[in-house]
Formats: sequence, C-alpha cells, structure tokens
Amino acid sequence: MGKLIIKLYHPAALLLLLISCQRSGQHTIIQNKGSDTLVNLAQMWAEEYSKVEPTVALAVSGGGSGTGIAALINGTVDIANSSRRIKNQEKHDAEKFHQAAVQEHIVGYDALAVFVHPKNPIDGMTIEEIGCIYGKRGKCNYWSDIRGTVVPGCKDNQIIRISRQSNSGTYQYFRDAILGPTQDFRLGSMDLNGSREGIDMVAQTPCSIGYTGMGYLSNHVKTICIAKDSQSQCIAPTPANALDRSYPIARELFMYTVGPLKSDLKKFFDWIKTDAAKKLTIQSGFVPVP
Amino acid sequence: METQSIRSKRSVRPRSERVIEGLIKAGGMSSILFIAGILLFILKESSGYIFGSFNFVEFFTSGEWNPASVEKIEYGTLALLAGTLSVTMLSMVFAVPIGLACAFYISEFCPPQLRETYKILIEFLAAIPSVVWGFIAVVIVNPLLINSFGVATGLNILNAALILSLMSLPLIVSIGEDALRAVPESYREAAEGLGATKWEIATRVLLPAAKNGLMAAALLGVGRALGETMAVLMATGHSIRFPSSVFDPVRTLTATIAAELGESPKGGEHYQVLFALGLYLFILSFAINILADWLVRGRGKKV
Repeated sequence: MGKLIIKLYHPAALLLLLISCQRSGQHTIIQNKGSDTLVNLAQMWAEEYSKVEPTVALAVSGGGSGTGIAALINGTVDIANSSRRIKNQEKHDAEKFHQAAVQEHIVGYDALAVFVHPKNPIDGMTIEEIGCIYGKRGKCNYWSDIRGTVVPGCKDNQIIRISRQSNSGTYQYFRDAILGPTQDFRLGSMDLNGSREGIDMVAQTPCSIGYTGMGYLSNHVKTICIAKDSQSQCIAPTPANALDRSYPIARELFMYTVGPLKSDLKKFFDWIKTDAAKKLTIQSGFVPVP
Repeated sequence: METQSIRSKRSVRPRSERVIEGLIKAGGMSSILFIAGILLFILKESSGYIFGSFNFVEFFTSGEWNPASVEKIEYGTLALLAGTLSVTMLSMVFAVPIGLACAFYISEFCPPQLRETYKILIEFLAAIPSVVWGFIAVVIVNPLLINSFGVATGLNILNAALILSLMSLPLIVSIGEDALRAVPESYREAAEGLGATKWEIATRVLLPAAKNGLMAAALLGVGRALGETMAVLMATGHSIRFPSSVFDPVRTLTATIAAELGESPKGGEHYQVLFALGLYLFILSFAINILADWLVRGRGKKV
C-alpha cells in the first residue's frame, strides 16, 4: 500500500497525470499579437475570458500594430491588434496569402483628453496651440503666448508641460495626433510614468498642462475642449464625441482576423460586447464600443 | 583516556574550523564574484551598442536624450549627467555639514547615556524605504516649496536634494562618528592638559586628526546620493534639461534607466544604451568609492 502511494508521487507518474488531464481539457489557444496600446487591455480581456471560457486561452503579445498585422499576413496569429487602420497593401497581401477576406473589428476607441489646473481660465485650445506648447518647433513657453492668458496662482506664467515616458502608447499617439508624423516633443517636459501621476501633478500645479486617455480623467483637473483649427468648433472630449469622430484626438482600436470567424473566435468577439468586457475597456482608459 | 580525548578534540576542531573558514572565504570571494558578474552582465548587455553604433561625441557631449524620436534618435547623456550632478552636489551642501556636525555632537559633546539613543534614531532614517521618501517629496515637500517660494513646480533640484540629504545623513553620521572615535584618546587628553576647551579640541585637534575619515564619510554620502533612484525619480520632476536654478526640474541618469528599461524591447538599441548608461554610473560611483578608500587608507598612513 505504502509503496503504491509513493509511486503515485513519482514525478513521472505526475507527468502522466498532467498530460492526461490536458488531453481531456482540449485547450484551444487563440494567438493574439500587435499594438502596444492595446496589449494591456487584450491581456485583461484574456484573463477575464479564461474565467468565462476555461477551455479557450488567449496568448497575447505586443510588439506594435505593424508587427501584429505582419503576423496575421504570415498566418502565425489568429487576431492582430492594431491602433491604426490596416493599409491597403497589407490587406491585399493577407487576402492573397490566405485566399480569404480580412475582417475588421472595432473593439474600442482611444480618445486623449487635454487638461489644465482648475484655476486656469482656458476652456479650449486648437491643435496648433497645443502643438506650439509641446512641439519641438513650437515656441509657446508662457501661458501669455496662448491668447494672452494669465493663470492665477502661476507666478511667472510659465507653462509646465506634463508628458509621459517615451515608450507609452499614449505618448506616441499624442505626438502623432498633435505634432504630426515628423515632429518630436520639445525636451524639458516632466515625463511621468503613469496617467494617474500626470493628473495628480496638474491638480497640484497651477502652471501645468497634461494629457491622458479619456478613461483616466478626474474632476480634480479641468478638461478643455479641442478644435481642429481656429475656424472649427471646439469639441469636448466625451465618449459620444469620440464615437462619432467629431473629437479631433480620437482613434479606433482594431482587431483584424482573416476569413470567416471560427466558432471560438466568434464567441470571443461576442463576449467583447458584454458589460464585463466593457468594464475592462473603461478601466484601461479607453471608450468601449456601444 | 586523557590523551585520547585531547586527540579527538584536536581532530574535530580543525575540521569544523576549516569548514567555517571555508564558508567565510566563500562569502568573501562571492562578493568579488558578484561585482565581477554584475560588471560582466552590464558589459554584455550594452556591448551591442558600445562596440556598434556608439557615438562618443553624442553620448558624452549632447544634451538631447531622445530615444523615441521620429526626427532623429539621439542618446546624449550630458543633460542627464547635469541633473545627476546638480542634485547630488546640492544634497551634499546640506548633508555634509549637518552630518559631520551631527557626528561631532554624538561623538564628543553629547552626554554618554544619550549617545546610543541618538545613534539609533539617526540610523532609523536609513530604514525608511526610498519609495516612501519619494512619496514624502511629492506629497509634503512639493506643496511646501510651491507655497514658500512661489515656484511653478515643487518637484525640482531643491526638493530632490533635500530628500537625498536626509537619505544620506545616516551614512555620513555613522562613518563620521567612527572616524572621530578612532582618534586616540591620548590626543584629547593631551589637548585638555594644555587647557583647550571642548570646541578647540573638536576644531583644532579632532578635525585635522580625523580629516581623512570625515572626507570618506562625505564621499560615501556622495556615492549614496548618486546611485539613488526611486526617490529621485519622484522628486526631480523627471524633465530633461540643463538646469539654470535650483527650482528647475531635472532628470537623472538613474531615474532614466528606471523609467525606460521596463518598456524598451530586450536586446534593442534603446535597451543596450540604457545598459551603457548603467555602466557609466557604475564607473562614476566606483571612482568615488575608490577615492574614498584611498583617502582613508592611502593618506591615512601618513598621519
């Protein structure tokens, strides 16, 4: 008897047990790769989804939108995450390789809000003005450079720029949307490591300005509306304005698949539309698809 | 019987002693091994950059640190070095006089029954985790500086220097105190015999006699301040620039590594450059430690 029990604890026996368990479990693995902006949300979804559907596992990895789409073209992933729309050439390549149509799924919206200290009298700014504050070629160092603004409690009226560390997806999207594809941020901003830190900093500092994903906003700071140019209407950063694309710094977040959806994938995309998944979308600072 | 017991004791004790000796030796050797291992690791991770696209002029003389640029990727460390040095030097302006005064007080002036209590209290400062210091910098010192100096932001060189000086005080005090204790009692007695006051003994006898040890205390404080990361990351404002006043935010070498390493792809150029930064820091603090060591030992012999 004793010997038998000991034998069961033998590593080889355990290994056999494990293998047999896995076989009966029939795991399906969905390979998912792409955008670094989406990677945290995709990981959160994967974790939550494994509770709903224990036999399906999502293997999520980052690397950038281009990497994800390239992997989709080569057929090494099932889903490619992307924070930009697929290029025509990429779509063409994928469809030629797989002899099937590429499907686009919008899984959320990434809208960036610009905010200032509550004492700051500014209510709205144009993209150009924000670019003048943040851009390398911009020259706005004082609040008076923005339509002669005077900020109470900000002694020398100097603008304190709050930014993010250079690897963050928010940093990169803000740069693309505000400064264009060929301009860097001007050095000398305070580069904080999280959205929460940026908001706390602006709430404490009258001279400052910051930006963040819309989901992180709090009422300790004053969110301003954004106009495309001086002729356009100033649009407030609300989920509704992000959804109808009237808000200038918002973009869709995509997931791409090829061919008709297999049942496991279809289940997953249906699950993304549930409240449980949307809650995670909001938690990651994004706007969920209604 | 007696001879046997002696013999057995003889044969047992050396063996256990040999084991202990071996363990101690291994412990001593391991620290050398670890240092060498760390150096090798940093070298290995950064070698791709150092022996590849390393741009000597840019790395040491440019202030443009722009690893994610869309215009031109640059790895200039001069602004970061300026940040590190300005914060470190200002913190030493606070910490060295206070720390050494504290060491003098504890060693010479304080009533002997209070000495241990003071020492424990000072050393307690060293037990506070650096992230807590960073938190103090953001939550307490930041608004304090904004309100008392009317500056735009309280996360700046002064804030970081204040926090760093508090963090390096325990080291300066305890090493400074050791240096003063090491001055032979006969010096004090001789001075007292000549009618010197306590103040005269401290400034004219002990200060010259313990000069090297005190200098080493200050330099180790510098090393401590130079390498500090978390508190500095939170207190400096983390902003790349050449500071023009103590109220400017800056960014340090250590904070740059801490903030950027986590998200730079392993093996990529940015990752390798961050390790090169680490090597730079390693050499800087190594040089300071060697200098401290040389002051204590090399010049100590002459006194």
